[in-house]
Amino acid sequence: MSSRTVQPGLSFEYVMWIFTRISGLSLILLAAIGIISAFAYGARTQVDLPTLMRWTFFPNPNHIINSDIPDVTLGWANAFWQVMQILIVFFGVTHGFNGLRGVIEDFIGQSIARPFIRGFIFLLWTFAMVIAVYVILFS
Amino acid sequence: MGLNRRVGFFAGLKYRGGGPMWAWMLHRVTGIAMVLFVGTHVFASFFMQQTGSDLATNINIVYESWIFQIVVIFIVIFHGLNGMRIAILDIWPKFQVFQREALWLQLFIFIPIYGLTVFILIQHAVAGSY
Repeated sequence: MSSRTVQPGLSFEYVMWIFTRISGLSLILLAAIGIISAFAYGARTQVDLPTLMRWTFFPNPNHIINSDIPDVTLGWANAFWQVMQILIVFFGVTHGFNGLRGVIEDFIGQSIARPFIRGFIFLLWTFAMVIAVYVILFS
Repeated sequence: MGLNRRVGFFAGLKYRGGGPMWAWMLHRVTGIAMVLFVGTHVFASFFMQQTGSDLATNINIVYESWIFQIVVIFIVIFHGLNGMRIAILDIWPKFQVFQREALWLQLFIFIPIYGLTVFILIQHAVAGSY
Protein backbone atom coordinates (compact mmCIF):
# COMPACT_ATOMS: atom_id res chain seq x y z
CA MET A 1 0.00 0.00 0.00
CA SER A 2 1.42 3.32 -0.98
CA SER A 3 1.07 6.28 1.29
CA ARG A 4 -0.36 9.44 -0.14
CA THR A 5 1.11 12.83 0.51
CA VAL A 6 -1.23 15.68 1.32
CA GLN A 7 -0.22 19.28 0.89
CA PRO A 8 -2.30 21.22 3.40
CA GLY A 9 -3.26 24.61 2.09
CA LEU A 10 -3.13 27.51 4.51
CA SER A 11 -6.88 27.73 4.97
CA PHE A 12 -8.48 29.78 7.74
CA GLU A 13 -9.62 26.64 9.57
CA TYR A 14 -6.11 25.13 9.38
CA VAL A 15 -4.47 28.28 10.76
CA MET A 16 -7.01 28.51 13.60
CA TRP A 17 -6.58 24.80 14.38
CA ILE A 18 -2.85 25.37 14.90
CA PHE A 19 -3.44 28.67 16.71
CA THR A 20 -5.78 26.96 19.18
CA ARG A 21 -3.05 24.49 20.19
CA ILE A 22 -0.27 27.10 20.34
CA SER A 23 -2.37 29.63 22.27
CA GLY A 24 -3.64 26.96 24.69
CA LEU A 25 -0.13 25.80 25.54
CA SER A 26 1.04 29.45 25.73
CA LEU A 27 -1.73 30.28 28.22
CA ILE A 28 -0.61 27.40 30.46
CA LEU A 29 2.99 28.65 30.19
CA LEU A 30 1.93 32.25 30.98
CA ALA A 31 -0.06 31.05 34.01
CA ALA A 32 3.01 29.09 35.18
CA ILE A 33 5.18 32.21 34.83
CA GLY A 34 2.60 34.18 36.82
CA ILE A 35 2.36 31.72 39.72
CA ILE A 36 6.15 31.13 39.90
CA SER A 37 6.84 34.89 39.91
CA ALA A 38 4.20 35.38 42.62
CA PHE A 39 5.99 32.91 44.89
CA ALA A 40 9.33 34.54 44.05
CA TYR A 41 7.86 37.90 45.19
CA GLY A 42 6.72 36.37 48.51
CA ALA A 43 3.17 35.18 47.79
CA ARG A 44 3.48 32.35 50.35
CA THR A 45 3.07 34.72 53.29
CA GLN A 46 1.43 37.77 51.70
CA VAL A 47 -1.33 36.37 49.46
CA ASP A 48 -4.21 33.95 50.18
CA LEU A 49 -5.32 31.23 47.76
CA PRO A 50 -8.24 32.98 45.98
CA THR A 51 -6.08 36.04 45.39
CA LEU A 52 -3.26 33.86 44.09
CA MET A 53 -5.77 32.14 41.77
CA ARG A 54 -6.93 35.47 40.40
CA TRP A 55 -3.32 36.59 39.89
CA THR A 56 -2.48 33.32 38.12
CA PHE A 57 -5.42 33.64 35.75
CA PHE A 58 -4.61 37.27 35.01
CA PRO A 59 -1.60 39.12 36.55
CA ASN A 60 -3.41 42.43 37.09
CA PRO A 61 -2.61 44.55 40.19
CA ASN A 62 -6.38 44.95 40.79
CA HIS A 63 -6.51 41.20 41.40
CA ILE A 64 -4.21 41.38 44.44
CA ILE A 65 -5.89 44.39 46.06
CA ASN A 66 -7.11 42.36 49.09
CA SER A 67 -3.70 40.91 49.95
CA ASP A 68 -1.06 41.79 52.55
CA ILE A 69 1.45 42.93 49.95
CA PRO A 70 3.02 46.13 51.31
CA ASP A 71 3.81 47.76 47.94
CA VAL A 72 2.56 46.31 44.63
CA THR A 73 4.86 48.58 42.63
CA LEU A 74 7.78 46.41 43.81
CA GLY A 75 7.54 43.70 41.18
CA TRP A 76 3.76 43.13 40.98
CA ALA A 77 2.75 46.15 38.87
CA ASN A 78 5.02 47.23 36.04
CA ALA A 79 5.39 47.28 32.25
CA PHE A 80 6.46 43.61 32.18
CA TRP A 81 3.16 42.49 33.69
CA GLN A 82 1.26 44.84 31.34
CA VAL A 83 2.89 43.06 28.39
CA MET A 84 2.06 39.68 29.97
CA GLN A 85 -1.57 40.75 30.47
CA ILE A 86 -1.89 41.88 26.86
CA LEU A 87 -0.44 38.53 25.71
CA ILE A 88 -2.88 36.62 27.93
CA VAL A 89 -5.82 38.71 26.71
CA PHE A 90 -4.85 38.26 23.06
CA PHE A 91 -4.33 34.49 23.34
CA GLY A 92 -7.28 33.94 25.69
CA VAL A 93 -9.89 36.07 23.92
CA THR A 94 -8.91 34.84 20.44
CA HIS A 95 -8.82 31.19 21.58
CA GLY A 96 -12.16 31.61 23.34
CA PHE A 97 -14.11 33.38 20.61
CA ASN A 98 -12.68 31.06 17.95
CA GLY A 99 -13.82 28.11 20.08
CA LEU A 100 -17.27 29.67 20.43
CA ARG A 101 -17.38 30.07 16.62
CA GLY A 102 -16.43 26.41 16.20
CA VAL A 103 -19.16 25.20 18.56
CA ILE A 104 -21.86 27.42 17.00
CA GLU A 105 -20.90 26.42 13.45
CA ASP A 106 -21.00 22.74 14.46
CA PHE A 107 -24.59 23.25 15.59
CA ILE A 108 -25.98 25.38 12.76
CA GLY A 109 -24.24 23.47 9.95
CA GLN A 110 -24.52 24.96 6.46
CA SER A 111 -26.74 27.94 7.06
CA ILE A 112 -27.41 31.35 5.61
CA ALA A 113 -26.77 32.77 9.10
CA ARG A 114 -23.12 31.63 9.20
CA PRO A 115 -21.44 34.79 7.81
CA PHE A 116 -23.58 37.00 10.08
CA ILE A 117 -22.67 34.96 13.17
CA ARG A 118 -19.00 35.10 12.12
CA GLY A 119 -19.23 38.86 11.74
CA PHE A 120 -20.96 39.26 15.11
CA ILE A 121 -18.32 37.12 16.88
CA PHE A 122 -15.57 39.13 15.17
CA LEU A 123 -17.20 42.34 16.46
CA LEU A 124 -17.39 40.92 20.00
CA TRP A 125 -13.73 39.85 19.75
CA THR A 126 -12.64 43.34 18.64
CA PHE A 127 -14.72 45.01 21.36
CA ALA A 128 -13.38 42.73 24.12
CA MET A 129 -9.78 43.22 22.96
CA VAL A 130 -10.07 47.03 22.88
CA ILE A 131 -11.74 47.23 26.30
CA ALA A 132 -9.30 44.78 27.91
CA VAL A 133 -6.23 46.58 26.56
CA TYR A 134 -7.72 49.90 27.73
CA VAL A 135 -8.24 48.49 31.26
CA ILE A 136 -4.71 47.04 31.29
CA LEU A 137 -2.94 50.21 30.14
CA PHE A 138 -5.04 52.98 31.74
CA SER A 139 -6.25 51.59 35.07
CA MET B 1 -26.60 11.44 2.54
CA GLY B 2 -27.63 8.70 4.92
CA LEU B 3 -26.00 10.24 7.98
CA ASN B 4 -28.64 11.72 10.26
CA ARG B 5 -27.09 14.50 12.34
CA ARG B 6 -30.34 15.63 13.92
CA VAL B 7 -29.90 13.76 17.19
CA GLY B 8 -31.57 15.05 20.33
CA PHE B 9 -29.64 15.90 23.48
CA PHE B 10 -30.74 12.88 25.55
CA ALA B 11 -30.43 10.50 22.57
CA GLY B 12 -26.89 11.82 22.15
CA LEU B 13 -26.06 11.11 25.79
CA LYS B 14 -26.93 7.44 25.24
CA TYR B 15 -24.13 7.11 22.67
CA ARG B 16 -21.55 4.93 24.38
CA GLY B 17 -18.40 6.86 23.46
CA GLY B 18 -16.94 6.37 26.93
CA GLY B 19 -14.30 8.61 28.50
CA PRO B 20 -13.16 10.44 25.35
CA MET B 21 -16.77 11.41 24.54
CA TRP B 22 -17.34 12.83 28.03
CA ALA B 23 -14.01 14.65 27.88
CA TRP B 24 -15.00 16.17 24.53
CA MET B 25 -18.40 17.27 25.86
CA LEU B 26 -16.98 18.70 29.08
CA HIS B 27 -14.27 20.48 27.08
CA ARG B 28 -16.93 22.25 25.01
CA VAL B 29 -19.17 23.08 27.98
CA THR B 30 -16.26 24.41 30.07
CA GLY B 31 -14.96 26.35 27.07
CA ILE B 32 -18.27 28.13 26.51
CA ALA B 33 -18.55 28.74 30.26
CA MET B 34 -15.13 30.40 30.24
CA VAL B 35 -15.99 32.62 27.25
CA LEU B 36 -19.11 33.77 29.12
CA PHE B 37 -17.28 34.22 32.44
CA VAL B 38 -14.23 36.04 31.05
CA GLY B 39 -16.30 38.12 28.63
CA THR B 40 -18.70 39.26 31.36
CA HIS B 41 -15.81 39.89 33.73
CA VAL B 42 -13.95 42.09 31.19
CA PHE B 43 -17.04 44.23 30.57
CA ALA B 44 -18.05 44.29 34.27
CA SER B 45 -14.56 45.39 35.34
CA PHE B 46 -14.54 48.09 32.68
CA PHE B 47 -17.89 49.53 33.79
CA MET B 48 -17.04 49.15 37.49
CA GLN B 49 -13.95 51.25 36.90
CA GLN B 50 -15.37 53.84 34.51
CA THR B 51 -18.94 54.41 35.75
CA GLY B 52 -19.02 52.68 39.15
CA SER B 53 -22.11 50.75 38.02
CA ASP B 54 -23.87 48.77 40.79
CA LEU B 55 -24.66 45.87 38.45
CA ALA B 56 -21.00 45.55 37.39
CA THR B 57 -19.82 45.72 41.01
CA ASN B 58 -22.31 43.03 42.06
CA ILE B 59 -21.20 40.77 39.20
CA ASN B 60 -17.61 41.05 40.39
CA ILE B 61 -18.67 40.39 44.01
CA VAL B 62 -20.34 37.16 42.85
CA TYR B 63 -17.17 36.25 40.95
CA GLU B 64 -15.09 36.68 44.12
CA SER B 65 -17.30 34.43 46.29
CA TRP B 66 -15.81 31.10 47.31
CA ILE B 67 -18.64 29.01 45.83
CA PHE B 68 -18.15 30.60 42.44
CA GLN B 69 -14.40 30.08 42.74
CA ILE B 70 -14.85 26.35 43.34
CA VAL B 71 -16.80 26.18 40.06
CA VAL B 72 -14.37 28.39 38.14
CA ILE B 73 -11.28 26.47 39.30
CA PHE B 74 -12.93 23.21 38.14
CA ILE B 75 -13.66 24.72 34.73
CA VAL B 76 -10.19 26.20 34.28
CA ILE B 77 -8.16 23.21 35.53
CA PHE B 78 -10.25 20.69 33.58
CA HIS B 79 -10.15 22.70 30.34
CA GLY B 80 -6.43 23.39 30.75
CA LEU B 81 -5.42 19.78 31.45
CA ASN B 82 -7.74 18.35 28.78
CA GLY B 83 -6.48 20.92 26.26
CA MET B 84 -2.88 20.04 27.14
CA ARG B 85 -3.66 16.35 26.53
CA ILE B 86 -5.23 17.17 23.15
CA ALA B 87 -2.33 19.39 22.11
CA ILE B 88 0.32 16.83 23.16
CA LEU B 89 -1.46 13.99 21.33
CA ASP B 90 -1.82 16.21 18.23
CA ILE B 91 1.86 17.15 18.26
CA TRP B 92 2.97 13.48 18.63
CA PRO B 93 0.21 11.51 16.84
CA LYS B 94 1.91 8.15 17.52
CA PHE B 95 0.80 8.48 21.16
CA GLN B 96 -2.86 8.46 20.00
CA VAL B 97 -2.69 4.68 20.57
CA PHE B 98 -2.59 5.44 24.30
CA GLN B 99 -5.41 8.01 24.31
CA ARG B 100 -7.44 6.17 26.93
CA GLU B 101 -4.40 5.82 29.18
CA ALA B 102 -3.72 9.53 28.63
CA LEU B 103 -7.25 10.25 29.86
CA TRP B 104 -6.64 8.25 33.05
CA LEU B 105 -3.33 10.05 33.57
CA GLN B 106 -5.17 13.36 33.13
CA LEU B 107 -7.72 12.31 35.78
CA PHE B 108 -4.97 11.32 38.22
CA ILE B 109 -3.33 14.73 37.75
CA PHE B 110 -6.66 16.57 37.98
CA ILE B 111 -7.93 15.01 41.22
CA PRO B 112 -5.08 16.07 43.57
CA ILE B 113 -4.80 19.61 42.13
CA TYR B 114 -8.55 20.25 42.23
CA GLY B 115 -9.10 18.42 45.51
CA LEU B 116 -6.40 20.36 47.32
CA THR B 117 -7.67 23.68 45.97
CA VAL B 118 -11.27 22.95 47.00
CA PHE B 119 -10.09 21.76 50.43
CA ILE B 120 -8.20 25.02 51.08
CA LEU B 121 -11.06 27.17 49.70
CA ILE B 122 -13.64 25.46 51.97
CA GLN B 123 -11.25 25.56 54.93
CA HIS B 124 -10.88 29.34 54.56
CA ALA B 125 -14.62 29.80 53.93
CA VAL B 126 -15.48 27.91 57.13
CA ALA B 127 -12.88 29.90 59.06
CA GLY B 128 -14.51 33.04 57.63
CA SER B 129 -11.29 34.71 56.56
CA TYR B 130 -13.02 36.13 53.49
